[in-house]
Amino acid sequence: MKTVKIDSRGMHYTPLNQKIRAAVADGAEEIILDNVLGQRFIGDGLRGNVRIIVNGVPGGDLGMFMSGPTCIVHGNAEHAPGNTMDKGMLVIHGSAGDAVAHSMRGGKVFIKNNIGYRGGIHMKQYEVEARPILVVGGTAHSFLGEYMAGGLVLVLGIGKDKAMTDRGIGSGIHGGEIIIRGEVDDFLLGGGAKKFKFTESDLERIAPIIKSFCEQFGYDAAEFLDTNYTKIGPVSSRPFASKYVWE
Amino acid sequence: MTLGSVPPKFKVSIDRDQCMDCGRCIENCSYGVYRREGDKILIESRKCTGCLRCVAMCPRDAITLTEKPVDYRSHPLWSREVREDIIKQARSGKIILSGMGNASDLPVVYDHLLLDACQVTNPSIDPLREPMELRTYIGKKPSKLKFRKTESGDVELETKIAPNLKLNTPIMIGHMSFGAISLNSQLSMAKAVTELGTYMGTGEGGLHEALYPYQDHMIVQVASGRFGVNIDYLERGAAIEIKIGQGAKPGIGGHLPGEKVSEEVSKARMIPIGSDAISPAPHHDIYSIEDLVQLIRSLKEATEWKKPVFVKIAAVHNVAPIAAGIARSSADAVVIDGFRGGTGAAPKVFRDNVGIPIEIAIASVDQKLREQGVRNEISIIASGGIRSSADLAKSIALGADAVNIGTAALVALGCRVCGNCYRNLCPWGIATQRPELVSRLDPERGAVQVSNLIQGWTDELSELMGAAGINSIESLRGNRDRLRGYMLDEKMLNILDVLPAGA
Repeated sequence: MKTVKIDSRGMHYTPLNQKIRAAVADGAEEIILDNVLGQRFIGDGLRGNVRIIVNGVPGGDLGMFMSGPTCIVHGNAEHAPGNTMDKGMLVIHGSAGDAVAHSMRGGKVFIKNNIGYRGGIHMKQYEVEARPILVVGGTAHSFLGEYMAGGLVLVLGIGKDKAMTDRGIGSGIHGGEIIIRGEVDDFLLGGGAKKFKFTESDLERIAPIIKSFCEQFGYDAAEFLDTNYTKIGPVSSRPFASKYVWE
Repeated sequence: MTLGSVPPKFKVSIDRDQCMDCGRCIENCSYGVYRREGDKILIESRKCTGCLRCVAMCPRDAITLTEKPVDYRSHPLWSREVREDIIKQARSGKIILSGMGNASDLPVVYDHLLLDACQVTNPSIDPLREPMELRTYIGKKPSKLKFRKTESGDVELETKIAPNLKLNTPIMIGHMSFGAISLNSQLSMAKAVTELGTYMGTGEGGLHEALYPYQDHMIVQVASGRFGVNIDYLERGAAIEIKIGQGAKPGIGGHLPGEKVSEEVSKARMIPIGSDAISPAPHHDIYSIEDLVQLIRSLKEATEWKKPVFVKIAAVHNVAPIAAGIARSSADAVVIDGFRGGTGAAPKVFRDNVGIPIEIAIASVDQKLREQGVRNEISIIASGGIRSSADLAKSIALGADAVNIGTAALVALGCRVCGNCYRNLCPWGIATQRPELVSRLDPERGAVQVSNLIQGWTDELSELMGAAGINSIESLRGNRDRLRGYMLDEKMLNILDVLPAGA
């Protein structure tokens, strides 16, 4: 495997991204970024099958518009990792800020711990191949999956009494599904969201995702392979269809 | 129903002596006004939107269309429209949806601004024999240039010039998405702008494959819904526009009803067929001017700083300070959309009541940026109700670098401004995705019409400039001395920074 190491200490994000792009163009299969401290836009718009290891704390919009690479962060991430991401994978061994996976349209974002507000907001899906997936090991703040139009948000609540205690889950949701470990109180649901029974067939569908998440972070997947989940989806795929009258 | 029905807005009639019973009116009306019963064509005036397709297509000029055939008891306050809106809402309890631009009867500031012409001194210029410089560069300009001497003694430019768009005429076509309008409409405009050396916007609907040949003349849009946005899309555009607001509906998001999300639209937007395409009111990664800067930079970073990034805002009360913030961000141009800007669909209460006229917004933004010494660093693009080359010239004299046209380009394609764009039934094949209606618009012919319009306005602009003794668009930009206000109050003149006529 061709590995390239880059020391990011004190480096601005543009030269850092230029180095990453140059390494990818040069055939690197793995790029290790050491001493990352707040650099935004790492992997922004990057294509290819490269694997990027981030040692440190990346700044906002990690992997924005990214299409293909895998990025593994050994640390926390700032806001909006996976923003409008197309393809590829982000694995964050820590927590992340607000708007994680904002408008994401493909690929996977795995967060070991918690995320901030508006996680998975406006994620959308096109057919089966462009199905974004956000998995949160801990919990999320308000407006999780707001305006969600497709894809999957899964919250496992590891180490919590209740996986979700913040309000506005799925407000304005008109596609996709939010699956939360355990029971979810009705008052936490946003307008347009509805609870559905989580069935064996749902488990069968999401089991590979749970296994993949657990593999990344060294959890035992068996603990999560049951039907103790709440599924939240849209009341309608046309939430505004009956809101208007013609002039 | 206790409320009963309201009188029809239009009265349609056929001159039976002229009519040859060919049925073209039936074929052409997608709203179902005409139908055949036995050997007679019957008319249901109530369904008419005033799109005039039937009148245009009748081979015998047999159709007459009259507006407001029955009126209510006259009243200055409780107009027909006010009463009918109340009846509609009493019946439905819903938001009234509307299309096109502001339809309220407010004075148009452009009509109260008059351009100048030379007489004896400083003679006028004849554009037929003198070159007129209309080329416009849109993008960031350096505040000053730095040079350095090489070892060989040559002088080299040290300042790095940001990428700019080169326009042969200061007229662009604004963002109207595939979804809101048909592919044939977009193709017509894309061909026209490519031929003329100017640009058009894709709107927030992604980019259909058929438009790839024209991508160098298209500005891609990143709106809050991020429809169709991926790295390929961003790289294809000549520039990128972040849409924060729109003149027809400031402060609210966009909404393309599922009826218009056809298979092709779903592909371009990357969403399922028939689902609503909802762009929320804010971008959920922008909660401050710093966040806006972050989005601008993320777009530049993704495209390796090769493309200018514009920010479009609606003309609202506080537009000048907002634009000043944008001027200090990494944006290359600010696009201001006035309250007469069109739309495929907006709540009527927004369309007709929210925002301010573009004329006032351009002047106040230009003035604010000049006061702050940053006007030359960013371009101003004005849009929202530009109806003629005179509006264009006045916009530039008030401080715009260029204008975006929307409704005018649609009218060049055949649109009769009937305002029913949101129903997916546009009989002119413009604001519809129905294949049988879309095919009514020939993109080759449409391109010629749009191109003719822009060419005609460009020539008129040259003539207006020549008459004012100006041979370069740079000299017209922000040149308030070439404008006078007529029947405008003192405060308005101050805001516009224009002297009254006669002064």
